[in-house]
Amino acid sequence: MQWETVIGLEIHAQLATNSKIFSGASTQFGSEPNTQACPVDLGLPGVLPVLNEGAVEMAVRFGLGIDADIAGRSVFARKNYFYPDLPKGYQISQYEIPVVGTGRLEIALDDGTTKTVGITRAHLEEDAGKSLHEDFHGMTGIDLNRAGTPLLEIVSEPDLRSAREAVAYAKKIRTLVRYLGICDGNMQEGSLRVDVNVSIRPEGSHAFGTRTEIKNVNSFRFLEKAIHFEVERQREVLEDGGEVVQETRLYDPGADETRAMRTKEEANDYRYFPDPDLLPLEVDAAFIEHVRATLPELPDEKRDRFTEEYGLPAYDANVLTAARELADYYEQVVAAAGGEPKLAANWVMSELGGVLNAQGLEITGSPVSAEALGGLIRRISDETISGKIAKQVFEGMVNGEGDADAIIEARGLKQITDSGEIQKMIDEIVDANPEQVEQYRAGKDKVIGWFVGQVMKASGGKANPEQVNGLLRHKLDG
Amino acid sequence: MHDRTIAELAQALARGEVSSVELTRAALDRIEARDSRYNAFITVTPDQAMSQAEAADAARAAGQAGPLAGVPFVHKDIFCTDGVRTSCGSRMLDTFVSPYDATVVRNMRAAGLVMLGKTNMDEFAMGSSNETSYYGPVKNPWDTARVPGGSSGGSAAAVAARLAPGATGTDTGGSIRQPAALCGITGLKPTYGRVSRYGMVAFASSLDQGGPMARTAEDCALLLGAMAGFDPNDSTSIDRPVDDYAAALEGTTIRGLRVGLPKEYFGEGMAPGVRAAVEAAAEVLRDQGAEVVEVSLPHSGLSVPVYYVVAPAEASSNLSRFDGVRYGHRCEQPQDIIDLYERSRAEGFGTEVKRRIMVGTYALSAGYYDAYYLKAQQIRQLISDDFRKAFEEVDVILGPTSPTTAFPIGERADDPVSMYLSDVYTIAANLAGLPALSMPAGFADGLPVGVQLVGDYFDEGRLLGVAHRYQQATDHHRQAPPGAVD
Repeated sequence: MQWETVIGLEIHAQLATNSKIFSGASTQFGSEPNTQACPVDLGLPGVLPVLNEGAVEMAVRFGLGIDADIAGRSVFARKNYFYPDLPKGYQISQYEIPVVGTGRLEIALDDGTTKTVGITRAHLEEDAGKSLHEDFHGMTGIDLNRAGTPLLEIVSEPDLRSAREAVAYAKKIRTLVRYLGICDGNMQEGSLRVDVNVSIRPEGSHAFGTRTEIKNVNSFRFLEKAIHFEVERQREVLEDGGEVVQETRLYDPGADETRAMRTKEEANDYRYFPDPDLLPLEVDAAFIEHVRATLPELPDEKRDRFTEEYGLPAYDANVLTAARELADYYEQVVAAAGGEPKLAANWVMSELGGVLNAQGLEITGSPVSAEALGGLIRRISDETISGKIAKQVFEGMVNGEGDADAIIEARGLKQITDSGEIQKMIDEIVDANPEQVEQYRAGKDKVIGWFVGQVMKASGGKANPEQVNGLLRHKLDG
Repeated sequence: MHDRTIAELAQALARGEVSSVELTRAALDRIEARDSRYNAFITVTPDQAMSQAEAADAARAAGQAGPLAGVPFVHKDIFCTDGVRTSCGSRMLDTFVSPYDATVVRNMRAAGLVMLGKTNMDEFAMGSSNETSYYGPVKNPWDTARVPGGSSGGSAAAVAARLAPGATGTDTGGSIRQPAALCGITGLKPTYGRVSRYGMVAFASSLDQGGPMARTAEDCALLLGAMAGFDPNDSTSIDRPVDDYAAALEGTTIRGLRVGLPKEYFGEGMAPGVRAAVEAAAEVLRDQGAEVVEVSLPHSGLSVPVYYVVAPAEASSNLSRFDGVRYGHRCEQPQDIIDLYERSRAEGFGTEVKRRIMVGTYALSAGYYDAYYLKAQQIRQLISDDFRKAFEEVDVILGPTSPTTAFPIGERADDPVSMYLSDVYTIAANLAGLPALSMPAGFADGLPVGVQLVGDYFDEGRLLGVAHRYQQATDHHRQAPPGAVD
C-alpha cells in the first residue's frame, strides 16, 4: 500500500525580550544557576505576574509576519501540573483564546515550487526551568534561570507531507523570527524547539491516521531523521495489522529512534482555567498599526525584490534571503562592486559560503567584509583580474593579507591585456604544436580549449581568457 | 493607652504626650502578658517593633512624620514580611521566612506604622472560626470558649482584646467582616483591586482583598488610607487615586441616604438577636434622616454554592506551589519526586485545606469544568448584576454580617457545611468585588452582633462615613470584652 505522511509542527520560540514575560528578571542565557530568578520566577508565596509588553509586541510582530488575525482580546490561562522545574505548579499560557489567530507561511519545495502552510495559532506562555541530573549524585538539581522566559508557541496545520517539507517549514519559521528580531533561532541553546505530530494514512484517504507527538528534536537534521524513523515505524505497525497508539514519543539522536514517553491515557488533565491574576490581554488597532509600521522587509518580500531588482534566479534569491544578515551582506557587496549582482551572488553563495561552512562561521563573522568582497568583484568586472585569479586573491583576503588591490599588487596578479604580449605567447605555442594545429584545422574545434589552457598556463593565469580565445582563433583560422 | 483608638493615639503622638517607643513597649508587654488567653499571635516581633518605633520617634522629632507614624498595629500572618516568618497559619510554611515585603507591608511601613507581630488565622485563610490554624484556635475575647470567627480571627481578637489598636486582615468570603462581627470591632473589605494583593499569600485570587480592622470606622479609614493604592506589581490593582477617607467621614451625611434592606436576607437561618440588631441599626439611620427601603438580590441564595466552586478551584491551583521543592515543609527521606510531593503536602496541609484542594481540583477537571467552574462564573455575573440593579435604587445595602453570634469552639469543626453557612451574607460582596464593612451593632446574650454595609464600587468613603455617623450615635463599638480594659 502507498502511504501518505501527515505532519504538523508545534514550534516554541523563545522571545528575545531583555526581561521575563511576567517578571523583571533578566533572560540572558548561560548564567550561574538560579541567579536570574526573582521571587516571581521562584513562585514564592504571594507573588503575582505582570505581563511584559515587549513580549506582546513580539507576538504581534509574528502575527503580522504570517498575515494572521490578531486577537483584540486574548486570555491567559493556567495549565496545572506538578513538575520540579515548574515553580508555581502551573504554567501561565494561552488556551482558548490565543493572541495570534490563523495565519500562513509560504515554503519553497525541492522541485522549485512553493507551498502555503497554514498556521493554526500562536500563543504566549512562560518557559519552565531546567532539571539538572548530572553532578548531583542520584539527586536532581533545579535551575530556574529559564523559568518565566517568554515563549511563542507556533502551531501549524497538519499541512506538511514529508520530512523535507517539515524541515523547510521549520527553517522558514526560523528565518522569519530572526527577520522580525523576536528570537535568535538558536536550536542548540533551546531558543527554538520543535515538537512534531506525525501520522500516516493510505494514499488518497482524507481521514487522518492516529498521530504521535515527537519531542526533543533540537536540530533540523534530527527533525528529518526523527520523522523518517517515525513514519517507517508507523508503517510497519499498520502493515503488520497493528494500530498506532496516540502517545508522546521522545527522539533519541544517539540511537536514531523515537521511544514512547507517555500514552494519551497517562496524559495529565491540565485543568486549564483563566488566570485570575491577569486581566485579559487587549490589543487595539492603534497598537497593531504601530507594530506594523516597525516591521522590516520580510523574507518573501526581499526574495521577490532580489529577483526583480537584481535579476537573480529564484534559487539564488531564496538562499540569499534565508537570513537577514546574509541578505544585507549581499546587498553591501553589490553596492561596493558597483553592480554585477549575479556575479556577487555566485561569490557570496559559493566561494564565501564554502569558507564560512568550512570554518563554521555565520555571515556576521565573515573573515572578508562585504566592502572587501565588493572590491574584488569590481576588479573582476573591470578585467583587472580573471575569475580564476580572483580565487587566489580571495584566498589571500581570507588569510588576512589585505584587500583585493593590495593582494593583486603584492603578488603581481594583474591581468595581461597587452595584446602584443599575448600574441607573442600564442605565436610560440602555435609554432611548437603543429599536430594540434592540424587537428583544429581538420575541424576538431575542441582543441581551441587546449590552446587557451596552454596560453593561460604560460601567462601564469594572468592573461585575459576571452582575449586569448579571440586572438587564438584569429591566428588559427587565419 | 491600650483602650485608645488609632485616631486618639495619633493625636497623642502628635502632641508629644507619648512616644512611639513608649506605646510600642507597652503594647508588647501587654501581648506578652495576655496573649496566652487568646492565642491571637503566631509571631511577635519585639526587636523590629522597637526599632520601627525608634525610627518613628526620630522622624517625628525631625518633623518628617506622617499622621500615623509611631502607631502600633499588627499584620495578619498572610502578608509576606521580609525577614519575618510568614506562616499563613500552616505547617507548610512554619519555617518560611519571606525574603520580600508585601506591598501592603511596605505601604504601612512607609506611613510609619509599627508592626508588633503577626496574627493567627485559619490555615491559608480557609475557615470561619480560626480552628483550622496549625497554631491552634484563637479564642474570642468576649468568651474564650467561643471562636473569634475567621479567617482573620487573630487580628479581630487582638483588636477586641486591646492588644493592638488596629490590624490588617484579608477577606475572600467574609474573613475580615465575620470575625469583626463576632469580636465586636469594625472591619472593611475594600473594592477588589483597591488594595494590592502583591505579597499576600493567595487563597482565591479573584476574591481575595486585604483591608483594615479596628475598633472604629474612623480608625479603619486611617488604616485604609495607608494600605490602599495602585500597585504596578498587581495586574488586578486599579489605577485610580485613593480617596481621602478621613475627609469622607466628616463629609458624609445620613439625611437623604438611601439604605436598602435585601428582603432575601431576612428568611430563615438568621438568629433572632442578629435580626433585632439589623432592625435597630436601620432605625438609628432612619432617625438620622435616612430613607430605608426594601431591595431585592434575587440570586443571593446561590452565593454560597458559587463561592464553594470558585474559591476552591482557584485555591487548588494557587496552593500547587507548596510542593516541598523550593521552600516550606518537605517530608523526611523522600523516595522519589512523587513521594516528595505526596508526603510533603499530606503532612504540610491540614484537613480543611486538603478538602478545598480536592473540591477545587474536581471542579476544574476535564468533563466537569463546564458544569461547575464555568457555570459558577456565569451565576457570579448574575449576582453582580443583582447589586448593580440594587445600587440604581439605594446608596448602601444594610444587612447582617453573620447569621449568628460567636459559636463555641468545636461546635462546627466537623460539619463543614454549617461552617460554610457562616459566610452566607458576606460572600456575595466578594463575588461581585464590592466594598463591604461590618460594624458592631449591639449584643445578643452578651456576645457582639455585627451588621454589614455594602457599597457600590470604590464607595469605601461613603461606607466609612455612614459607619462613622452610626458610631457617633451609638456606643456598641466602645464596649470592651470582660477583663480587656483593666
